[in-house]
Amino acid sequence: MSVQRAFDRAKAEGRSALVGYLPAGFPDVPGAIEAITTIVEAGVDVVEIGLPYSDPVMDGPTIQAAAQAALEGGIRTADVLRTVEAVAATGVPTVVMTYWNPVERYGVERFAADLANAGGSGLITPDITPDYGGEWIAAADAHDLDKIFLVAPSSTDERIAMTTASCRGFVYATAVMGVTGARTTTSDLAEPLVARTKATTDLPVGVGLGVSTGAQAAEVARFADGVIVGSAFVRAIQQAGDQAAAVKALRALTEELAAGVRGA
Amino acid sequence: MTQYAADERGFFGDFGGRFMPEALVAALDELDVAWREAMADPAFIADFEAIIRDYAGAPSRLYHAERLSQQAGVTVLLKREDLNHTGAHKIRNVLGQAMLTKRMGKTRVIAETGAGQHGVASATAAAYFGLDCTVYMGAVDTRRQALNVARMQLLGATVIPVESGSATLKDAINEALRDWVASVDHTAYLFGTAAGPHPFPSMVRDFCRGIGDEARAQCLEQFGRLPDAIAACVGGGSNAIGLFTAFLDDPSVDIYGFEAGGEGVDTPRHAATIHAGQSGVLHGARTYVLQDEDGQTIESHSISAGLDYPGVGPQHSHLAAVGRAVYEPVTDTEAMDALALLSRTEGIIPAVESAHALAGALRIAPRLREEKGEDALLLVNLSGRGDKDMGTAIEWFGLGGEETS
Repeated sequence: MSVQRAFDRAKAEGRSALVGYLPAGFPDVPGAIEAITTIVEAGVDVVEIGLPYSDPVMDGPTIQAAAQAALEGGIRTADVLRTVEAVAATGVPTVVMTYWNPVERYGVERFAADLANAGGSGLITPDITPDYGGEWIAAADAHDLDKIFLVAPSSTDERIAMTTASCRGFVYATAVMGVTGARTTTSDLAEPLVARTKATTDLPVGVGLGVSTGAQAAEVARFADGVIVGSAFVRAIQQAGDQAAAVKALRALTEELAAGVRGA
Repeated sequence: MTQYAADERGFFGDFGGRFMPEALVAALDELDVAWREAMADPAFIADFEAIIRDYAGAPSRLYHAERLSQQAGVTVLLKREDLNHTGAHKIRNVLGQAMLTKRMGKTRVIAETGAGQHGVASATAAAYFGLDCTVYMGAVDTRRQALNVARMQLLGATVIPVESGSATLKDAINEALRDWVASVDHTAYLFGTAAGPHPFPSMVRDFCRGIGDEARAQCLEQFGRLPDAIAACVGGGSNAIGLFTAFLDDPSVDIYGFEAGGEGVDTPRHAATIHAGQSGVLHGARTYVLQDEDGQTIESHSISAGLDYPGVGPQHSHLAAVGRAVYEPVTDTEAMDALALLSRTEGIIPAVESAHALAGALRIAPRLREEKGEDALLLVNLSGRGDKDMGTAIEWFGLGGEETS
């Protein structure tokens, strides 16, 4: 089922949706499942599960380190799908964020089928664009999955229209020209990008890259349908001494961000 | 353009394309337009040819290596790219890309480098054109190649050691791409090989194809006919595609690419991407990739840093798939034997990379002699010189000190 239902529900409540990213397999497979269910219980509306990859060109040091740790821990693509199944079973709309090669290697059609069977809603694909994503678009359509492509401040209006026409679920707006990672100030590129994106589509628009505090979430929530938080969650796990401390930190951060998207 | 060129979207048959973050598409489109316009602009071509000639030393000589030929049993011709400024074919690529950078009005260049050769070439081009230059280099490599780090610094470049991932070439590319996403409005990425997203594979080929264009004309002039076979080493594949392009539509010319077989393709320690990899997507292109069952990139290994890359230029994947070129692995040992042989027979110390081409050529020479006779012409691209590899040679052969005879 499309993640759009979570955005619609948030909109009905007069707020933005909180979208939370965590990689599978970090600190280990069960630990990641517990971490993700924690942020769901504490107020995340949509979950992005990262598929750890050896060459994550769009990620900053925080997520790179987590992905590398997960790979060193032996995570396999099947473990990621197992994580999706456990998280989606809680009822939260769940998508996978993945670089392209692991999907291609698994088999695009097979990946789509297994993702759908696991209860996943779709994919966020940071390193393919719709004009080079024909195989994925066909497989997603065949399995009723969301296709979440990215738009960037450097995108032309023409490319934004082309991209949103291929999206389902929501549109991922990268708010800064740069890689993932918490930033102290939100980008002034985000709001114009959201406006340009909304001019082409009725789909919800989520803004990602950089948000780490409730205040930043509130600021982005003024103009975006979804506030996407990744590195700040990962850092909460990295800085915790053990799993119990990680869970506690994740819950506190989620509550702060959930209040933020409600304008608090 | 040959039938082996890319289509509008950058596909060579099933390979190539542009599998990249949307944030970089505008820059790649800008580069694509600038490159096409430049290639169609006689003034740009004339400027490029003048710089390549007056500054870099092109055309490089085509040299008949007579003593080596006696050993090989056929006539061996060496394309002397080792005599170019900065010691390798790479100067052609960076001067072309730096000219495009100026043409696009950008003020800064970034580059990745493995052993440092492309980094040195990029720093050289940046100095020549007055551009700011930042080079990303795996932290493991900055320690192994301190001399090249110093060269780049002397040329005015900033060298940033990359600690992420395996801290080698592929991670330096990742880090350069991360820089580029954040700096693309004023920065050009001087990609070091004929790989990556469209238009890099075609653009780098265009800047390097002078190798083959010159060699083909020189061979016709000196011998009155085309070579029977040509050979080059293949890492990412810029020197190889630079040599091959002029000969692709000459069906009588056999084309050989030699990949780094490392400690042997039956071990995990090699970089024979076409021989042992599977089709996948790495650094923006569909190509053969050394990868595990889950599509995670496997670290490559070669005694030659310039060939130590787990991907390969997509046009080579295509040429292999359609059978126009043959790609074979050459081990560390075979390459170092060839390096020693060329040093002793011709007084030319080749780069370890180029020694792979030489070793492979010596392997096919008997076959060629059988088919075409002892007059067969075997043309080898001597893509770089071996000064940078003395550390490797000292270690491999146990040179230096009192025990050397």
